[in-house]
Amino acid sequence: MTPALVDVRGLVKHFPGERGLLGLGRPRAVVRAVDDVSFAIAPGQTLGLVGESGCGKSTVGRTILRLIEPDAGRVTIDGQDVVALGARALRALRRRMQIVFQDPYGSLNPRMTVHQMLAEPLAIHRIARGAEAERRIAALLEEVGLDPSFAQSYAHELSGGQRQRVGIARALSVEPHFLVLDEPVSALDVSVQAQVLNLLADLQQRRRLTYLFIAHDLAVVKHIADQVAVMYLGRIVERAPAPALYAGPRHPYTTSLLSAVPVPDPKAQRQRIVLTGDVPSPAHPPPGCPFHPRCPHPKKDTRCRTEPPALREVAPGQLAACHFAEQPL
Amino acid sequence: MTEPLLRVRDLKTYFVTEHGSGTARAVDGVSFEVQPGETLGLVGESGCGKTVTSLSILRLIPEPPGHIRPGSFIEFEGRNLLTLEPRELRAIRGNQIAMIFQEPMTSLNPVFTVGDQIAEAAIVHQHLTRRAARTRAIEMLKLVGIPDPEERVDHYPHQMSGGMRQRVMIAMALVCHPKLLIADEPTTALDVTIQAQILELLDRLQADLGMAVMLITHDLGVVAGSADRVVVMYAGQVVEQAPTPALFARPLHPYTEGLLASVPRLDAPPAREHGRLHGIPGQVPAATAWPDGCRFHPRCPYAWDRCRAEAPPLLDAGGGGEPGTHTVRCWLLTDPRRRTPHP
Repeated sequence: MTPALVDVRGLVKHFPGERGLLGLGRPRAVVRAVDDVSFAIAPGQTLGLVGESGCGKSTVGRTILRLIEPDAGRVTIDGQDVVALGARALRALRRRMQIVFQDPYGSLNPRMTVHQMLAEPLAIHRIARGAEAERRIAALLEEVGLDPSFAQSYAHELSGGQRQRVGIARALSVEPHFLVLDEPVSALDVSVQAQVLNLLADLQQRRRLTYLFIAHDLAVVKHIADQVAVMYLGRIVERAPAPALYAGPRHPYTTSLLSAVPVPDPKAQRQRIVLTGDVPSPAHPPPGCPFHPRCPHPKKDTRCRTEPPALREVAPGQLAACHFAEQPL
Repeated sequence: MTEPLLRVRDLKTYFVTEHGSGTARAVDGVSFEVQPGETLGLVGESGCGKTVTSLSILRLIPEPPGHIRPGSFIEFEGRNLLTLEPRELRAIRGNQIAMIFQEPMTSLNPVFTVGDQIAEAAIVHQHLTRRAARTRAIEMLKLVGIPDPEERVDHYPHQMSGGMRQRVMIAMALVCHPKLLIADEPTTALDVTIQAQILELLDRLQADLGMAVMLITHDLGVVAGSADRVVVMYAGQVVEQAPTPALFARPLHPYTEGLLASVPRLDAPPAREHGRLHGIPGQVPAATAWPDGCRFHPRCPYAWDRCRAEAPPLLDAGGGGEPGTHTVRCWLLTDPRRRTPHP
């Protein structure tokens, strides 16, 4: 096996509870946004990181790029220990790792033209200036499927799909090896979503990119991921190669997520497990297995309510954190 | 067949653009019907005119810059909504026809409790007392599956999650037991798990309350499980209209075909084996400049000379049932041999 390009071990990020009004009163409970998360991504591969809003998946993406400082854990990208780096070395490493955000409306500067947005990273990292920068900007736009005339446009003149293409071009401008894609297609129409997913797949092949693809929809992830990790309340509850996970999920949460995906076939007879309620607050996770209050597994017992299940290998390469992983739903 | 609850005929809603230089023909001759108690899916990409259609039904189009063209016709239970006096219209809007919007974050008022917001319609339309309206609000919260409704009724929107806020929106819409609920992208901003909950809830409420639902979405996956019939819109027009099983078994318009192929599917082979989704190339053109001929031809994989020159009418696709059950706005129906395997 080739060594991983991205290696994350025991990542922890807790947000201190804020104090009440005016900073007085007792501080609220600590939010355990990311709690002991580990995974590795081989070069040129995609890990899909899946879970509901508030499960900590975006915090993982931002923490490994050190857009948020982790509390504990080790992150290695391209052989470099990201957590230990000083400011200057970190800036140099930022060329190798970039992020594309979910909201193509909020993540582009409304006062800059597309040209300015793409020229800025080239200047900051001293990659190109003048005529060479112009050539690169035109090539980048073409690579993401935009006409070079878009260079003079402002973000508000673009559709959602076009903005997301600009966001991708901006990330690619510094020639990274690793991209965090934080829900890059969730805000788009299905037709545009398909275009952007295809674009991401093409770019990955052409540039040998490594992706961390964050999403809440397992059907979208299936079209791009080699490995899938499912998160719930700050922890990974299942992790497996994509074919194994889709063919035989071991954690009841994964099964529930799969069954929530709408199927474009009115004849499809299937048992839908509708999870009741919302994700509990990560400031007050339930005792025992954090999923137990919503768990539809018929064998659920007192052990689930008291003893947190460890993430363990239940089949070759497939890890699940469930006491009943051997008897999946 | 029973008398339709809502009948839309040749609806044209145009907007004068900002600089007065052009006219956006956002909805351009749309006709469809909603039967009592049925779910109609209205499907298309952003910019196809779905939302303008629904806002026109409730006469919520800001005038100017928008206007509903003479000759348009929207009939609800036999009354033409376009000619009603404002007072008569108010008696229908929010009472017999209700609407829920995509953004549960921005469509609730942040300075009122959810209970006040749910009770408002009951006080206005049904002249309930404050006390009775509050009791009704609690009942509604219970109906839409919010735990601890007696406590939640006094909460503000910011104290709730996205899924709960969408439930509150539904409770607000249903408080007067409308005959028609227009749900505009009710699940688009939500997680798949919460989406499944909301769709299930709408299904259940519809069965319990016997109301008709117009479900507006860009995702054919969403309508497959809930709609009885589907109307597909493109570029301000209806391009295909059929009962849900027929539409999914035999999508005839190339646009419908493309929308269906864009939906990411769990039964697709894993990424490495096939790699690509079949999207629709390009994007919806601007409403100020719909293409000549068939409006879909620049994006259509089958287009030929005729499509560029001549706008197709809605043609009957046959396929059993009464005439007009499955209609398609595409010249392929007259020349099916041109439907070659997908390029």
